[in-house]
Amino acid sequence: MTMQDEINAVSADTQTDAAASARPVNERSAFQRILTLTVGPIIAAFLLSAIILMLVGVNPLTYYGYILERSLLSGLGLQQTATRMAPLLFLCAGLIVAFRAGIWNLGTDGQFLLGAVAAAATAPLLVGILPGWAVLLAGFLLAAIVGALWSVIPALLKAYQGVNEIITTLMMSFLGVLLASTLVKLIFRDPATTVPQTRTLPVDDRLPRLFDTSISSGLIWGLIAVLAVHLMMTRTSFGLRLRMVGANPVAATHAGLSVPLLTMATFALSAGLAGLAGASEILGVTGNVPANWNPAYGLMVIPLVFLARFNGIGAIVLVFFYSALMIGSESAARRLGVPQNFTLVLVASLLICLGLGEYIDQHKRKKER
Amino acid sequence: MSGLLTEAFLSSLLTGAIIAAIPMLLAGLGEQMSEKAGVLNIGIEGMMLMGAYMGFLVAFKTESLWLGFLGGMLGGVLVAIVMAVLCVRLGLNQIVIGIGLTLGVEGLTALLHHFQFSRTYPRLPAPERLNIPGLTDLPVIGPSLFGRHLIVYLALLAVAVLAFLYRRTNLGMTLSAAGESPAALDVAGGNVLGIRVFAVLFTGAMAGLGGAYLANIGAGLFLPFMTGGAGFIGIVLAMLARGRPLWVLIGSLIFGAALSLTTALQVAGSNIPTDVIQMLPFAAVMLVLVLFGRRAKLPAALGAAYERGAR
Repeated sequence: MTMQDEINAVSADTQTDAAASARPVNERSAFQRILTLTVGPIIAAFLLSAIILMLVGVNPLTYYGYILERSLLSGLGLQQTATRMAPLLFLCAGLIVAFRAGIWNLGTDGQFLLGAVAAAATAPLLVGILPGWAVLLAGFLLAAIVGALWSVIPALLKAYQGVNEIITTLMMSFLGVLLASTLVKLIFRDPATTVPQTRTLPVDDRLPRLFDTSISSGLIWGLIAVLAVHLMMTRTSFGLRLRMVGANPVAATHAGLSVPLLTMATFALSAGLAGLAGASEILGVTGNVPANWNPAYGLMVIPLVFLARFNGIGAIVLVFFYSALMIGSESAARRLGVPQNFTLVLVASLLICLGLGEYIDQHKRKKER
Repeated sequence: MSGLLTEAFLSSLLTGAIIAAIPMLLAGLGEQMSEKAGVLNIGIEGMMLMGAYMGFLVAFKTESLWLGFLGGMLGGVLVAIVMAVLCVRLGLNQIVIGIGLTLGVEGLTALLHHFQFSRTYPRLPAPERLNIPGLTDLPVIGPSLFGRHLIVYLALLAVAVLAFLYRRTNLGMTLSAAGESPAALDVAGGNVLGIRVFAVLFTGAMAGLGGAYLANIGAGLFLPFMTGGAGFIGIVLAMLARGRPLWVLIGSLIFGAALSLTTALQVAGSNIPTDVIQMLPFAAVMLVLVLFGRRAKLPAALGAAYERGAR
């Protein structure tokens, strides 16, 4: 058995576990389970991170209070939080497709940035030639194609040579990030500015804002993408085929499915959605790509998708809290002098604590059997 | 370009290759043991970075490089303990935990460094070197091959020791069994989880040492995010080496040479943007994977947590 089979076998196991946990557990109250599975670990993660804050001499209460106030309790902060969700949602959609199909696409950062550069390189040039909606559509389409193209080599290697995609997508990601920066500096550079960056899409030509707020309508498209992917994977025959490949490629082959083709399709969908994520940030929020710009959303979203158990709805909820955290900590970096990198610490401790919580839960259930 | 092939240029190229190769060699050797035992250790990037941070901090405070290396190993082991508990003892997903740990360490070291040194990046003094009379005085290869810090030769020694360990000892067999067929090892009375925990901790120590080398000797200072994928390259080296330490050494020297060539070209005054130059090692890895990826051999049970009696 190859390594991938093993990973899939494991993920299939966890899925049946998840199904089992949906049944009512009589022995312990639902309240206790929620405590061990979500509330407890979240509190533990915040406490753990608070200790680190105290170590570097920051009052955790002030910091957490500031983040909460800045990102969720202020009108402007809440709007920024909602806008930030758009690219993260597209990335989640891409990861859900891949992870459910048993493909570890860890290269979304490169796909995201190249998609962003593709959108930023074309959209400003098309303004005035095409109607507004067509400019945006062209930007999104091109970004999806470029993102998908960047996954072709890992996809081919995985589908036809059986080369582990974890490492190939990671390497292509490093390459993609550097290539995006090179393209901005050498080819798509705006001659009118002194700082190397692409041409800027005028604010009026960007994605429309929602109602009277500053929230980009990219949020709606992101939500649609996640929900569509969720329905596709859970309710359609195509989704079932992809999940079969993910659960057991050998069985899928025996069932008459073309595993290599489905693998290629998974990569294309996943990387295409990552490209759309890049476009949504450019066409909706920033309007251009500065050289060396890399928000590195891609790897950060992986723990979120995993914590949501590859479930679209769960991912949306987590993305909401995560973008609130990002907006709050970006502001805290300026006001309180705590670098944004602290968010990484918080998410990592959340991942560890939630993992531990899940283990404790499983352990208790086994004892009860 | 005619001025390139001078003695000084060749010497610095060789020196650069060795300096760039050692961290990857150590990381690759460490990862190899994890993979042999059936754990895909994606957290190695984080272990390396923690090693770089702790290694630098200890060396900076104690003014001793050797204590710095020890500190680096300790840093790597600390991250490895978390990995071992979560992925080996508790059987959580190795890929997600590995990515999570790497991100967490990136954040943590950047945060701590920010509060300790603010925006000053203090440097360590240049390391003392081993001086072998006669050999060190040879032209071109002398200073680069025989004038390095003692740790370089210890790393080379580790290649031989590990090769012996894997081929000739019970421990080596047990490691392979844990990766190829953990159930069989369990039935035979071996301790699957124990040997895997040992392998992960060893990886942490080696990666941490590699990180400390990167910071203390390669750069002479610590920068947040400074490993920049060296740990991931270590994973590739281990994958392609098919369980043989010598191949990790050969691979790391080739990548080290590629890295050092690009730096040398930059110094020599070519006006290619740095981004393009930084792409070369990753492009080289992809090229190797396209050409030889099919021949990469990985243990059968790699990436799967072992639970007794589970099917």
